[in-house]
Amino acid sequence: MIGRRVVVTGLGMVSPLGLDVDTTWSNIVAGKSGAAPIEAFDVSAYSTRFSASVKNFSATPYLSEKDARKMDIFVQFGMVAGIQAMEDSGLEVTEHNAPRIGCAIGSGIGGIGQIEKNSEIVAKFGPRKISPFFVPGSIINMISGNLSVKFNLQGPNLAVVTACTSGTHNIGLGARLIALGDADAMLVGGAEMATTPVGLGGFAAARALSTRNDDPAGASRPWDRDRDGFVLGDGAGVMMLEEYESAKARGARIYAELVGFGMSGDAYHMTLPPEDGRGAATAMRNAINDSGLNPDVVDYINAHGTSTVAGDLAESRAIETVLGDAASGVAVSSTKSMIGHLLGAAGAVEAIFSVLAIRDQVAPPTINLDNPDEGCNLNYVPNTAQERRIRCALSNSFGFGGTNGSLLFSELG
Amino acid sequence: MSSIEERVKKIVAEQLGVKEDEVQTEASFVEDLGADSLDTVELVMALEEEFETEIPDEEAEKITTVKLAIDYITENLA
Repeated sequence: MIGRRVVVTGLGMVSPLGLDVDTTWSNIVAGKSGAAPIEAFDVSAYSTRFSASVKNFSATPYLSEKDARKMDIFVQFGMVAGIQAMEDSGLEVTEHNAPRIGCAIGSGIGGIGQIEKNSEIVAKFGPRKISPFFVPGSIINMISGNLSVKFNLQGPNLAVVTACTSGTHNIGLGARLIALGDADAMLVGGAEMATTPVGLGGFAAARALSTRNDDPAGASRPWDRDRDGFVLGDGAGVMMLEEYESAKARGARIYAELVGFGMSGDAYHMTLPPEDGRGAATAMRNAINDSGLNPDVVDYINAHGTSTVAGDLAESRAIETVLGDAASGVAVSSTKSMIGHLLGAAGAVEAIFSVLAIRDQVAPPTINLDNPDEGCNLNYVPNTAQERRIRCALSNSFGFGGTNGSLLFSELG
Repeated sequence: MSSIEERVKKIVAEQLGVKEDEVQTEASFVEDLGADSLDTVELVMALEEEFETEIPDEEAEKITTVKLAIDYITENLA
């Protein structure tokens, strides 16, 4: 990357497969599914009646009961992941460094649960019954805002909103701020909790979701010929990024280096990718070029791979375009096969999986891949994790509106 | 049925995240119990719900202590 080097020093996560990074990662490597029937509300009228939701979540002991009550669940997820990442990094905030530490944590949808709840309140009881915490509890930048208050982080405070690329863009742009000198450390990532009556209904109406109601665990099946849409997932991922020299000077544990970031726009359709995946290819190519490395150092790709008919094929073609002959040697998997699609948090949790793939030298699997579809010719790590040499890992996200982002992580050279 | 005082103190404790025995009659919501301006708005809404009444905004602004809340409810509901 242009400018100063940026490294990953802390990780935090709330996911359908665990309430922290370690639990989630061990389930991911083991190939478990986090999908299950929805019980939080009556789904009998819905075409899709399951999701990959977070189980047994409580914001305490990370937050007081009183503070948690003022936040939509997506903010609570982001806060817990952010606090975990902060603690994991061991970074001490002082009067001296506080203005140099910031936050960039976004969401695709935001506090839709609170919007629905307060809409009902207005309809039934009138505007006087809207909670004074409705607005500050549901707007998208409140994870960054609340974390800054909690830890006295006085640096840049942002929340980039780009649908399903939000997590990836917040990480990449947060890294840019460090590289270019606006900050020395950034908490970056994304959070989402859109499994609500309107959220689920909206994605179902867009015909984006799998309707495999009799087999939730088998529903997310990227690149499989029987895939029929994505599985809605909830959760949050946050990582601490730091400028390399200052991280080294304080003796921080460094998971990996963020060596490249690339972006692009499809300029094609509201929700569909172009068949040749050219926007995806541009984002990947930009990330690799940004690193100054050769494409053949990419040993693992955590694909966007949502399990939609059009998206999976376009991404697979884009990988072949960008890597050329090297494409046959790379492990490409979709962890969405296990945790579903976390929308604005997807890129964040998947960036964390990419970092851990480098740390543990293992490519997590794509589960439910029984019969690769026509035109899907790569090593998608079907059903079982693969231990292998992983020098660099690329993490892809593509969102509605044709917004694309790729992050390239490397072991510390 | 609990007294108005007991019911008010219970609501204050729940809303402001403090223990019931910390809710002294003379306590100020902001100065003694750690509330901010939005907390007090929500607290008044909770009192309205508990006592099934409507407290006009100009009256709500004057309710800044536990005692003032008890007095208001007692006078207007008795």
